Amino acid sequence: MHFDVFDRYHENESFVHRLDPRVKVVATVVFILSNALLPDGAWVAFGLSWLFLLLANLLSNLGLGFTFKRSLVALPFALIALTVLFSIPGNPLTSFHFLFWDFTITDAGLLRFVSILIRSWLSVQMAILLVAVARFPDLIHALEHLRVPSILTTIIAFLYRYLFVLADEVFRLMRARESRSAAAPGKRSGGSVAWRAGIVGHMAGQLFLRSYERSERVYNAMLARGYVGHMETIHPHELRRRDYITVALVLLVILFFQLVGRV
Amino acid sequence: MTTALQVHDLHFSYHDGLTALRGVSFQICEGDKVALVGPNGAGKSTLMLHLNGILHGQGEVNVGGKRLTRENLPAIRSMVGLVFQNPDDQLFSPTVFEDVAFGPLHMGLPMKEVETRVNAALDAVKMSGFRDRLSHHLSVGEKKRIAIATVLSMDPQILVLDEPSAGLDPRARRTLINLLRELPITMLVSTHDMRLVQELFPRTIVMDEGMIVADGRTNDILENETLLTAHGLEKP
Repeated sequence: MHFDVFDRYHENESFVHRLDPRVKVVATVVFILSNALLPDGAWVAFGLSWLFLLLANLLSNLGLGFTFKRSLVALPFALIALTVLFSIPGNPLTSFHFLFWDFTITDAGLLRFVSILIRSWLSVQMAILLVAVARFPDLIHALEHLRVPSILTTIIAFLYRYLFVLADEVFRLMRARESRSAAAPGKRSGGSVAWRAGIVGHMAGQLFLRSYERSERVYNAMLARGYVGHMETIHPHELRRRDYITVALVLLVILFFQLVGRV
Repeated sequence: MTTALQVHDLHFSYHDGLTALRGVSFQICEGDKVALVGPNGAGKSTLMLHLNGILHGQGEVNVGGKRLTRENLPAIRSMVGLVFQNPDDQLFSPTVFEDVAFGPLHMGLPMKEVETRVNAALDAVKMSGFRDRLSHHLSVGEKKRIAIATVLSMDPQILVLDEPSAGLDPRARRTLINLLRELPITMLVSTHDMRLVQELFPRTIVMDEGMIVADGRTNDILENETLLTAHGLEKP
């Protein structure tokens, strides 16, 4: 019984897969930064960024629509930006009344909203591609090489390692609950919503207690094997010519996007 | 004798393609206490998870004459008391009382009856004094007994236990064996503890690679060393 829903790596043979993980991390971060820095309504630059993303998809041998299909789950989060529709001053486009308030959508607000939507959508897709083309331990190594503080990389590594254990634990708790969720003839089963919510609360509490105790056991096991505060890693990654060229190209292309966006 | 549990030609594969059950058939009469033995990965736990419909394979499971279907799943779950191997999975409430009361409360029984049932179940496992204790702080042996009480309170017709004696010290194991002997209820118990099998169960089913390879009197099976060795078991 193993939860592998979090493992997003897609084994494949491609140009992007063969790149050094550092290159992939840098390219992704720079791409996301570039999206964030592009001014509102830089449609041409957004379009070019999108083409760049498609090219990355293509070079990963995963299919043109690979990240698009998976990006839709992240779209609801972009709705947080909905408020900018009403809060940016500009020429009013339309107004409506909701409960006690009047809302006015302005042209500047709409422009900002659509731009934010496009930025986040492009960025999420590149992040999705990153975890699909680099194994998680490689990503952690890449972050270490890139001088991310080891306390952060260690936390991320442990989070990833024990996510599966926790998910298994949740799964077994739920299975045990399901197993005792019976009905008596002629009686309404299931209890009240409040009671069921209470049970879920208890389960969450149990899970926290167990995770806490597990963390102490794991820590002791680490100490027993000589852990002194940082993880030693072997460094199997080596930057080759191909990697340097790719990084340089990516940086140039993204710089070009910025220039196009700001003309 | 009436049939308490009947399984006919049960097949099951996990999502990852692992075939766990390949045509399992057997029946258990009311009052029978049956041991289920076999090496790790033989399909014992998978089989047990089918008996109250947590997993659904191809084939037929009948409990107390009722065919297990999606519609009568809640009724079947009150008839089959499944006790998981790890009591920590089973005990998810803060206090012992709340855990034992979960089943009856879910069934919508009146509070008074819930009280009676919880007390009776705790009595049956000799843990009456533990009503208000925190499940989290009990010893493994105590947790095991509470886990059994959590299904006894549902008044099941069959008790299905997954490796009840695993990880217990000799005294806790002895208490558990006495408890299982005294409980007047039909039982199917999966275990690696061959001495427990010899002591407690007149009938034994041997599983290996998703199939039943032997089913008969425990004494006969434990005498058959060729069979035991072939399926990774040992004579006690």
